[in-house]
Amino acid sequence: MTGQPRTLYDKIWDAHVVDRQDDGTCLLYIDRHLVHEVTSPQAFEGLRMTGRGVRAPDKTIAVPDHNVPTTDGRETHIDNAESRIQVNELDKNAREFGVHYYPVTDVRQGIVHIVGPEQGWTLPGMTVVCGDSHTATHGAFGALAHGIGTSEVEHVLATQTLIQSKSKNMKVEITGSLPPGVTAKDITLTVIGRTGTAGGNGHVIEYCGQAIRDLSMEGRMTVCNMAIEGGARAGLIAPDEKTFAYVQGRPHAPKGAAWEAALNWWRTLKSDEGAHFDKVVTIAAEDIAPVVTWGTSPEDVLPITGTVPAPEDFAGGKVEAARRSLEYMGLKPGTRLQDIAIDAVFIGSCTNGRIEDLRAAAAILKGRKLADGLRGMVVPGSGLVRAQAEEEGLDQIFLDAGFEWRLAGCSMCLGMNPDQLKPGERCAATSNRNFEGRQGYKGRTHLMSPAMAAAAAVTGRLTDIRELTGATV
Amino acid sequence: MDKFTTLTGIAAPMPLVNIDTDMIIPKQFLKTIKRSGLGKNLFDEMRYDSDGNEVPDFVLNQPAYREAEILVAGDNFGCGSSREHAPWALLDFGIRCVISTSFADIFFNNCFKNGILPVTLPQDAVDVLMDDARKGANARITVDLEAQTVTASDGQSFGFEIDPFKKHCMLNGLDDIGLTMEKAAAIDTFETEMAQARPWV
Repeated sequence: MTGQPRTLYDKIWDAHVVDRQDDGTCLLYIDRHLVHEVTSPQAFEGLRMTGRGVRAPDKTIAVPDHNVPTTDGRETHIDNAESRIQVNELDKNAREFGVHYYPVTDVRQGIVHIVGPEQGWTLPGMTVVCGDSHTATHGAFGALAHGIGTSEVEHVLATQTLIQSKSKNMKVEITGSLPPGVTAKDITLTVIGRTGTAGGNGHVIEYCGQAIRDLSMEGRMTVCNMAIEGGARAGLIAPDEKTFAYVQGRPHAPKGAAWEAALNWWRTLKSDEGAHFDKVVTIAAEDIAPVVTWGTSPEDVLPITGTVPAPEDFAGGKVEAARRSLEYMGLKPGTRLQDIAIDAVFIGSCTNGRIEDLRAAAAILKGRKLADGLRGMVVPGSGLVRAQAEEEGLDQIFLDAGFEWRLAGCSMCLGMNPDQLKPGERCAATSNRNFEGRQGYKGRTHLMSPAMAAAAAVTGRLTDIRELTGATV
Repeated sequence: MDKFTTLTGIAAPMPLVNIDTDMIIPKQFLKTIKRSGLGKNLFDEMRYDSDGNEVPDFVLNQPAYREAEILVAGDNFGCGSSREHAPWALLDFGIRCVISTSFADIFFNNCFKNGILPVTLPQDAVDVLMDDARKGANARITVDLEAQTVTASDGQSFGFEIDPFKKHCMLNGLDDIGLTMEKAAAIDTFETEMAQARPWV
């Protein structure tokens, strides 16, 4: 292994190979397995049917998030029978198999990708998987983290390993410093806009460069979270002092001598000089603007100063896809993005449901009101984020502005619980997917940063955040 | 898991690019705790109107394609979430093979766990097969996993690449977990070594 310069991905991969077959297929050890209620019931049922147990319950963490209502009373009753069954199944499975568990009655409950880092389960150099594509979030710690299907959930539960073939290495470098009003969300959307939703297929992305270094850990999580929307297996950021400072002292982070030993290894977790990347994308931070999506694919990204494109602006299969998107979104080519009126605002999700996201939105909303006729919802990513926000008085800012202040969960990011758009409703959302029907049947989603969503809430239309903050364009 | 060896069947054309997992099986059908029964909701929001009636234009509602076993699809099929409900819904409908120029990673892996063969071919080959699929029930496409070929109704044949291990498992209908269980000793050894090297894990 020595001699050849290696990427960060190579290093984490090499450190977890249990067995390598002649054809290169590897059995990879999994350090942390996160579990939620939607993609796990069939896996636990599979264990029961085959008489298998959970190999490492101490490395398995379960939390209900997708289905749970975000309104009071959910501790005792969930109206929707199917949702209730799934949450009850998780409850039963977690207790029966003895895995770590945060039920809705626990203040630490929240979106699985927010709970993992918050509790110190996610650490640099680990392999982290979950039956959820946004597992990429944990890559912000320099952990190799990706989503898996339910069959693989069962495989990890039974063996604490995954059968994997290695992906290629891709580097996304963001040079320089972000202009005012531009955030981590704008970086990650801009990258997807540039490379397309298939641009990362078959690759693991390492994000690097000054603008990435400058981001807080929460910003880095936002960037890595959407690596999957760019098609990548995972997104990674090399750990640094910011990472270590974030991790230190968390409930499941190492302490004492173990902390020192961990730090020694973590400091080696970076791509070597001259390491090979199969694909490289470089973007100057100065060229990134506050962006929004206009269509039904996360690659449909434009600066807020732009106009709705026409299908003919594209080539190949994208022409028909764009035509379909525009029809679904009810938009005409040539319309200024800033003239698009909205009906709803959703602030939350594993992409942007952390405390810094709520602070950014609250900073815009302070002393302002939700525009007439709009519905606004803030859904903290975890019970602890919610508590922190309340301690800082952010809840009052949101409530005064006319927003609903909800309990933690995935909520209207995917609308599996009652939080959904109505047909035709248009939403400024801080979540990660603008697919048809994603936030509700026939609902229309525009993705953006928390500050941009807050700005849209105030004006009632997609808005350039720099107009409200006075930053120069 | 059922073996996949060869398949000759009707192919349905779905030229749209970036068909995502929310399209394949919308979130309201993820509330099941079973793997079966999702076929009726495959492509639900494209296939039915808001009253639950079939949309006649949608490809799988057309008489020629109701028995389709193969999909020929636009680029980046299966992008989006990790939901294995997507291949479960395809399988329950009767689809055993999807042909496209590229697939999203997690969907691609999920297919192999369920005996669905995702075949990646270059654009010109997919174009030929898409045209063939548009001929409806009269045009049957043959997929031969052993030979790694897809053959159009006119006999034109295209070779495809596949990971040898995945091919082996598909041909023999092997259960991954069973295979890995045979390596339990190696996992034990790894855990013992890691308890020393990275005790904080």
